[in-house]
Amino acid sequence: MTDASKSSTTSPPERSPSRASRARQFERVAVLLVWAVLIAAFSIAMPRAFFNWGNFSIMFASYSPAALLALGIIIPLTAGDYDLSVGAVLTLSASTIGVLNVWFHWPILLVLLVVLAIGLLVGLLHALFIVYFRVPSLVVTLGSTSLMSGIVQWMTNSTTIGGIDNGLIDATVGNRLFGIPLAFYYAFAAALIVWYVFDYTPLGRRLLFVGRGREVARLNGIAVARVRVGALVCSAVISSAGGILYAGLLGSADPFSGLNYLLPAFAAAFLGATTIQPGRFNPWGTLVAVYFLATGITGLSMLGIPLWVTNVFNGAALILAVTISQITRGRETSDIG
Amino acid sequence: MAEQSFDRKTSPGAPTSAPPVLAVRHLSKTFGGARALSDVSFDVLPGEVHGLLGKNGSGKSTLVKILAGFHAPDHGGELRFNGELVQLPLQPGDYRRLGMSFVHQNLGLVPSLTVLENLRLVQLTSGKTGFINWSAEDKAARAALRRFGLDLDPHERVSRITPVQRALLAIVRAFEEIELARASTGKPGLVLLDEPTPFLPAAGVDQLFGLVRSITASGSSVIFISHDIDEVMEITDRISVLRDGRLVGELDRSTATRQAIIEHIVGRSLEAPPPRAADAPRERPVFATVDSLSGKMLDAVSLEVRKGEILGLTGLIGSGYEEIPYLLFGAWQGRSGRIAIKGGPTLQQATITPRAAIDMGFALLPADRHGASGIDSLSIVDNMFTPDVSRFFRGGRMRNGQMVAEAHELGHRFEVRPNDPALKLSALSGGNAQKVLIARWMNRSPVLLLLDEPTQGVDVGTRAQVFAALRAAAEAGMTVVCASSEAEQLALICDRVLVFAKGRVSREIAGDTLTKDEISAACYASAQLTDPSPSSVMRP
Repeated sequence: MTDASKSSTTSPPERSPSRASRARQFERVAVLLVWAVLIAAFSIAMPRAFFNWGNFSIMFASYSPAALLALGIIIPLTAGDYDLSVGAVLTLSASTIGVLNVWFHWPILLVLLVVLAIGLLVGLLHALFIVYFRVPSLVVTLGSTSLMSGIVQWMTNSTTIGGIDNGLIDATVGNRLFGIPLAFYYAFAAALIVWYVFDYTPLGRRLLFVGRGREVARLNGIAVARVRVGALVCSAVISSAGGILYAGLLGSADPFSGLNYLLPAFAAAFLGATTIQPGRFNPWGTLVAVYFLATGITGLSMLGIPLWVTNVFNGAALILAVTISQITRGRETSDIG
Repeated sequence: MAEQSFDRKTSPGAPTSAPPVLAVRHLSKTFGGARALSDVSFDVLPGEVHGLLGKNGSGKSTLVKILAGFHAPDHGGELRFNGELVQLPLQPGDYRRLGMSFVHQNLGLVPSLTVLENLRLVQLTSGKTGFINWSAEDKAARAALRRFGLDLDPHERVSRITPVQRALLAIVRAFEEIELARASTGKPGLVLLDEPTPFLPAAGVDQLFGLVRSITASGSSVIFISHDIDEVMEITDRISVLRDGRLVGELDRSTATRQAIIEHIVGRSLEAPPPRAADAPRERPVFATVDSLSGKMLDAVSLEVRKGEILGLTGLIGSGYEEIPYLLFGAWQGRSGRIAIKGGPTLQQATITPRAAIDMGFALLPADRHGASGIDSLSIVDNMFTPDVSRFFRGGRMRNGQMVAEAHELGHRFEVRPNDPALKLSALSGGNAQKVLIARWMNRSPVLLLLDEPTQGVDVGTRAQVFAALRAAAEAGMTVVCASSEAEQLALICDRVLVFAKGRVSREIAGDTLTKDEISAACYASAQLTDPSPSSVMRP
């Protein structure tokens, strides 16, 4: 940035690839490089256990719900709102599948529709409080997380419900393509869609305008409220879809563990904003970040490192990711968060 | 009321044995090549109210900022406080130790905190013991409020008290601050009031003046900065006038006339009026009629906008003129008003939204470039096409390449430097950023262009380009409404200027009389003609 304004007095149009722009290029791929280093390190340490396709394919599948959550989060984040409830929505959705499909014997397709409708409803309720009553999004979604977790405990009697329809299991983890369970491809497809919307539609621009300059967006005729409502609904529906994947992967509905996805999803969203398109929440960066974190956690746990390290790893990654992006931008105000 | 017991200071010019509270000698300040303050010297005597007057850009705020320690003055100046030489430059916060305090126009209160917390802000946050004795603080606050006859509950939140009470509270706090310093130095202090009155009703101003008199009665001094000549005539003892960075007059209130004061402020320039770009035809067709438009300060204003003209709006601070562009665009909610477009619809102000305004071909360039006009963290392309990105969506995707190409061409046309559409807006100078935002709206060929301070923070060279672009647009039939506090700029670009006072149009200037001096004089002259009507007062 600074090099451009300096060169403006001498030669405006052509700028030779300066050190600064090479640094920008490096920034784009830094996380990918660190990921490669991480894979190499674990592969050297555990040549057989870690470095085999089976391990990777399991990792790709089992982190697909987290990938969906992270992709969901970046939509309201781009529009300037936080959605902390994605983990709870995932749990609510998975548990609803368990209750309706296993206990009430509803057909699985109908259940999935109901679950997505619940996601829609949750998103609309969030929007009601955040956009119309102007309650800070952090407060609303933190509150609704606790609220939904309570409902989940009530409707499942705090038990894991096993025996979910085989159709769902087949559609997520049973069937594979190139050796990777289908679940991964759903997350990949979601990233494709988010990428298309973010980069190739006017809606993506409006999301960005609303997030970066709410008043500017309003004065440029953008329906700010509608964009924010839409973003919050999207993240809730995508999180419901994450719950569907989660139920399919486990073959059961676990009323507690879904919340553990929240932190890695957030860490991935912010880490993802430092790569591919640095300074911007972006779907490919997010996907890379999810699997970068997944690789770290998988590798560490295979090395026999105790479970608590996972939490330390995720938390440190979140803080470090935001710190790094702040440092590389120097005194420029942060674009994200 | 308490203020009646304090007598006006008499014979301010009388010799006193005590040195001036503040003695300014040969103070200058240069920014780049521009002289903001040039060899200014004056005294503020103990117990006097000293008026400091001047137009926008006359150097008043530079002087205030030097005293507050925000700016370092040029070498050679000297400052004495109660006779003692003060080391320059002052550091921020030094003024407090010296026994000076400031009340700026925004008052510096925290609305979400209580009266007590605001009043005792310094004491509460800089306590030596690290422990707050709330009952003692409460007692001190009540004592201070009682002493100045302020009927306020110390535990009321400041957001819930009236604007007048807020202004009084800020002044009481300033006075308490100088008393604090006085306790250790034993010398009189100085309170500097920087335009505290423009948003207050007449009764509130009286109350405020009572407070000012109680400060001077205690032996301390007050510097009173205002645009309102009537107020200055009423409250001050002596008056210093700044123009173009120089001290052009030291007047004694008892002998000065209003006319003399205005002449000192405005100055009489002998230079010929600037050549008008084109000798525009007198009578143009009406573009729109605005009827009884009211906003925060604006009070049932009716006016006509003619097609292809550049209409200037101006006035002193608080006169409400700057609300008009926002109200017409639907950016702000007004209290009443209608706009009838000739050959088009008649709209109630309340029903206009920015989207509807844009669809009718209106464009608004707000004064707040960073918060309301441009998005600093996004690229030039994004900022150029904010209102019409969907135009580039064809065949199922955004034509990003075409967008960049158009942005480049637009940047070339409006001489944006550097013309690299991928650059963030924050990487551009103020003038170039403004060119991007003007290009955004001009590119849509609006029928009505609404501007508020279009050249604020824009360098001199770029101003000429902005003016040329506006002229060209008006000649092509675009109607331009430009709110600005800069008389020189209005004289240069406008066909017609409306001068506002207390929420109403007080004067229309057009034709040969449309000069910078005439506009400035009209601003000051009209300020005292109208009484503030109750409806023009801001309510909390």
